[in-house]
Formats: sequence, structure tokens, C-alpha cells
Amino acid sequence: MIGSGKYTGPDIKTILAQKALDTGAELWQQRLDKVSSNDVERALACPAGTYSFERLLAFVSPAAEDYLEQMAQLAHLLTIKRFGRTIRLYAPLYLSNYCVNSCRYCGFNRQSKYERIRLTVEQAVDEADIIATEGFKDILLVSSEDIKFISIDYLADLAKRLRGKFSSISIEVYPMSIAEYGKVFEAGIEGVTLYQETYDRAAYAYYHPQGPKSDYENRLTSPDRLAAAGMREIGLGILLGLTDWRAETLALGEHAHYLVKRYWQSHVSFSFPRLRPACEVERSQFEHLLSDRNLVQMITALRLCFADAGLVLSTRERAQLRDHLITLGITKISAGSKTSPGGYSGHSDALKQFEIDDNRSPAEVSEMIKSHGLEPVWKDWDKAFIKD
Amino acid sequence: MEKLMIANRKFSSRLLVGTGKFASCEIMAEAIEKSGTEIVTVALRRVDIENENDDMLSAIDRNKYLLLPNTSGARDADEAVRLSRLARAATGINWVKLEVTPDPYYLLPDPVETLKAAEILVKDDFVVLPYINADPILSRKLEDIGAATVMPLASPIGSNQGLKTRASLEIIIEQSNVPVVIDAGLGLPSHAADAMEMGADAVLVNTAIATAAEPAEMAVAFKLAVEAGRRAYESGPAAADKRASASSPLTGFLRDDKK
Repeated sequence: MIGSGKYTGPDIKTILAQKALDTGAELWQQRLDKVSSNDVERALACPAGTYSFERLLAFVSPAAEDYLEQMAQLAHLLTIKRFGRTIRLYAPLYLSNYCVNSCRYCGFNRQSKYERIRLTVEQAVDEADIIATEGFKDILLVSSEDIKFISIDYLADLAKRLRGKFSSISIEVYPMSIAEYGKVFEAGIEGVTLYQETYDRAAYAYYHPQGPKSDYENRLTSPDRLAAAGMREIGLGILLGLTDWRAETLALGEHAHYLVKRYWQSHVSFSFPRLRPACEVERSQFEHLLSDRNLVQMITALRLCFADAGLVLSTRERAQLRDHLITLGITKISAGSKTSPGGYSGHSDALKQFEIDDNRSPAEVSEMIKSHGLEPVWKDWDKAFIKD
Repeated sequence: MEKLMIANRKFSSRLLVGTGKFASCEIMAEAIEKSGTEIVTVALRRVDIENENDDMLSAIDRNKYLLLPNTSGARDADEAVRLSRLARAATGINWVKLEVTPDPYYLLPDPVETLKAAEILVKDDFVVLPYINADPILSRKLEDIGAATVMPLASPIGSNQGLKTRASLEIIIEQSNVPVVIDAGLGLPSHAADAMEMGADAVLVNTAIATAAEPAEMAVAFKLAVEAGRRAYESGPAAADKRASASSPLTGFLRDDKK
């Protein structure tokens, strides 16, 4: 176990409950509306990059919208200082779209009546080979909740096969136990992304009506387990569009702050998945969709509270927007992504998790990064960190 | 200016340069060139050490610069040792800048694991340059076990705060029998000059150059500052004193009496 020995503070369930961040969306909306421009100015005057709940509250408030340019400038400078003039690149590899869950927003929803596909380890290695030839050294293995096939052993086995080709391997799959996280960590997986989707219990219950994912608390405590197992990267996120993003960001900030305090050797990063059209999922069903302006506010607010957090952006977002976002806090982006299993080899038109909006090739994205005076970084980890 | 001597190797420049955070390899190469440095450190996590055509590695002329691999990202001694051995196997370079930084936020060095890794690596014939907090006792212990230098930090890495650990750095410089390279937190050329005037043997700069608007110009500024600071140190600077010291003393007339 790493880092958790002497922590005596409250756990994340208690922290959220004490602040009513898991039940009190309306209460927090009222509180956010009361933030004044004076509060925002005070928050901006504090040293950028350190967390306090009050500052995050100020930065995500409606009042802060008038200070967006100032926030963006600060976020830009802070990101350069901490990360340099660089952007990391990664590629997702989708392993399966069979799913036991029925999430109302997801194309992999078990009720979607479309062709399903699973890659064998051998097929996954073939797909990864294509990704490697595009220059990627950082790969994210993604799967729906298909634990019978994409098992712990499958992931460990695949990681061992990929270690020679990739310097960094992470997963975005389903919650595991400490022992299971430990097993895939030993096999060479160094990071885990697991979005809570929403911290609001009622909304969570509505959007996840069936299957193991309907267990809010099991998901909420997964980052504890993966950090305790030694994982280096903890990827957090909320699915933007399910509920009001402002209150959700407060919960997200508290979650990250808690993890940083308790598991001091793991690095936290945030992703910004906005709801995208997916198979049998209509955007009009969702009333909380974020505008570009909202997204920029959220990104810069988190940067101004977490100087060293990784901020990750996928190809869900359109090219022109991504080109701007990499200059105001984002540190890592995907490129050339295929969101259906087998998508890289082109042998499959299988069901996609969501539609992508930036269809440029990795080489084109790399050129775009350079044109902003930034260095595309393909490798920022090494297989030598993994024990043989 | 005296030459800097590390592990029986002489260097004319007392400025070491890091390679992270640059906007491109070309900009990095130009800054390195302009800095006049002879030692360039590279994070093993960042480069493909086994690949000669790696972008960053091929931008650093190995005939001109000593390539100093560093173990940035290592959380414990085991990882640092493994990385060092891999780098040596791939490049033949047996120098390593030892970094063990289990905290991913402030990247402060772990004294216990650093000492442990240094012992293993020294026994394994590495030239070890350990990155440490400004801890005089740890410096002595590292010296005892055969570290080639000590590299204490001036302030947290990348923070550009300057010499926040001054009191401890002064003790390390006073006591050390190996070169003291001040490694992290130097944000301005004046910080570097200050460190050199204090008697540091060298400084290492990365963020302050890489993230400047004009990295190559900033590299020149650091070069000049390091030279100025060192020359001042070697010239035996006049002692600073809060009291006034008149150039025509008031008691000068007593001179004859004293004879």
C-alpha cells in the first residue's frame, strides 16, 4: 500500500456529504450565484496554482465569466512554468464494446442493438502496432464493462505484450479491487482513468439504472484503491452535460485534493469529456450541455487551483477548439483516435462509444502543436520504470 | 577562471543545462549552444535512449557536450538504478544525474532512497551526481560513499524562486570536498550569479531558460551571469559589512604613534 498509512482525515464519501456536494446541487447553485466580482478578484490575487475550495468556488462561479481572459492568461503562464512549452500525445485503443451496463448517455449501452466486437489479445496487439507506427509511445486501453472477456488477466497479459512498444500504458475500464489494480500495475500499467461521471447521487442513479456501474460508492472509492495499489496516474473526470458543471467541478476539486493529500505519490489528472452524440443518444435529451465558454472556464479554474495536474483533452472536441485549448492549460491530447474496437486496422465498423470531432491524423495534430510554438511530446515515461 | 573538475574531467563552463520544457528541439539546441555549456542533462523518461534517431538526442552533439542522463520520475532507488543501468547499456555513458522524486507535485528529492541508489550505482562504477535537498549531512554522506558531486536545490524545481535555501547551501559549500552544483529553482541570471559568488562550483538551469520568451538570449544571460559570479568569487570579493568603512580613516593620524 502506498501513502495511505497515516492519513486520519475524512474519506471522500464523508467529504462530499459534509459539503452536500453529492446531494445539494440546488443549494450549490444558489451559493455559486452569490459569488461576487470582488470574490473573484480576491481569488485571482492569490498565488495561482494552489487549491482552496473557496477559490475554486470563485473561479467556477457565473461571476468569474467576466474574468475569463484574465484566468486564461494566468492559466497559460502557469502551465508553461510547470510543464514547459510542451503537449503530450496519446492514443486510445478500444478493446471491447460489449457492456453489462445501461448508461443512458453511452453508445455501448447494453440495450443498443448494434454489432458488438471484442478484440482478442492478439488482435489488440495488432491494433497497437498500427498506433505505434504512428509514433505513439503512450497508449490508453479502453473497454466497456466486459469483465468476463476483458478480464484482469487479459489486461495484464496485453500490458506485458505492449511493454516493449510503449513507454506508458494506462487503462480506462471498470472499477477493480486493490489486488486487481496491483496485478495490472505489476504487469506494466501505470495509470488509470475512471470518471465518476457525476458526483450527484440522484443524477448518478438516473443515468446508471442497471448493472455494476449503478453502484455510486464503488466507483467513488476506486481512485483510493488504484492509488493504494501504487498507480502513478489517477485520471478523474465528470461527464460534462449530465448535470450543472459548476457544482460538479467543486466536487471534482475536492476529490482531487483529497487524493493528493492521502496518496502523495500519485499524480492526478483531469479530463474534460463533453457529451457527444452517440448511437441512440440524442444531445437534445440533455439540458446541461456546456458551451465552449463554460469549458474554458472549467479548464482554467482547475489549472488555477492545481498547478501540476495533468489536463487531458480527447478528440471528442472539434479541431479548431482543440487548437485554442492547448494554449490555456491542457497538457495532454489524443490524436487520430478510433473509438470502436478494431477501428485502427479498419476491419471494423463496429459500434463507437461516441463520435469524434477532430479527424486529423497524428502527424497533422503534431504539426498543429508545433505551429503554436509547442513541442509535441510522444514519450514521457519509460518501460524501465516497470519491474521485470 | 579556474576549470571545473568533476570525476577527473575538466570543464571550462560552470553552467549545466537541462533539456525539458523547450518549445522545440531546434530552440533547445540553439539555447544549449548559446549557453556555452559542456554538460547537458536529459530525462531518460523523455527520450528513446536506445534510438540514435531520437529527436531530442540527435539535437545534442555528443562530441561537443557531455550527455548526462537523469532519472527524473523515479520514485525509489530500485527504479533509479534500473533506469541508470539501461541508459549505460544503451549509450556507454556511465555518468548519471540521480533524481529520486516520489512526490509528483514539488518533485522534491527523497534523501533516503537517493543515498541508497547512489551507493549501489557508485559500487557499479557509475559517476553519480545526486540531486538533493540542501541538506549538509546528506551531502557529506553522499561524498563519503563516493558521489562525484552534490546537487542541492536552491528552491523547488521549476519554481524560479532563487536561493531560498541559502543558509544550508552556505554550509554545504563550506564543508564539501566534491563540487557543489546548485540545481533547481534558479529563475534569473542574478540568482545564478549569486550562487556562484557564494562559492558554488557550478549551477544547473533548465526552466528559466526553456520557458523564457527568448530561450537563446536567456541562455547567454545565464552564461554571462555564471562567469561574472565565478570571477567575482575567485577575485576575493570585499566583505559586505553593515558598518561604514571610510576610505580615509578618522584615526589615521595615530599611525605614527603605533610604530
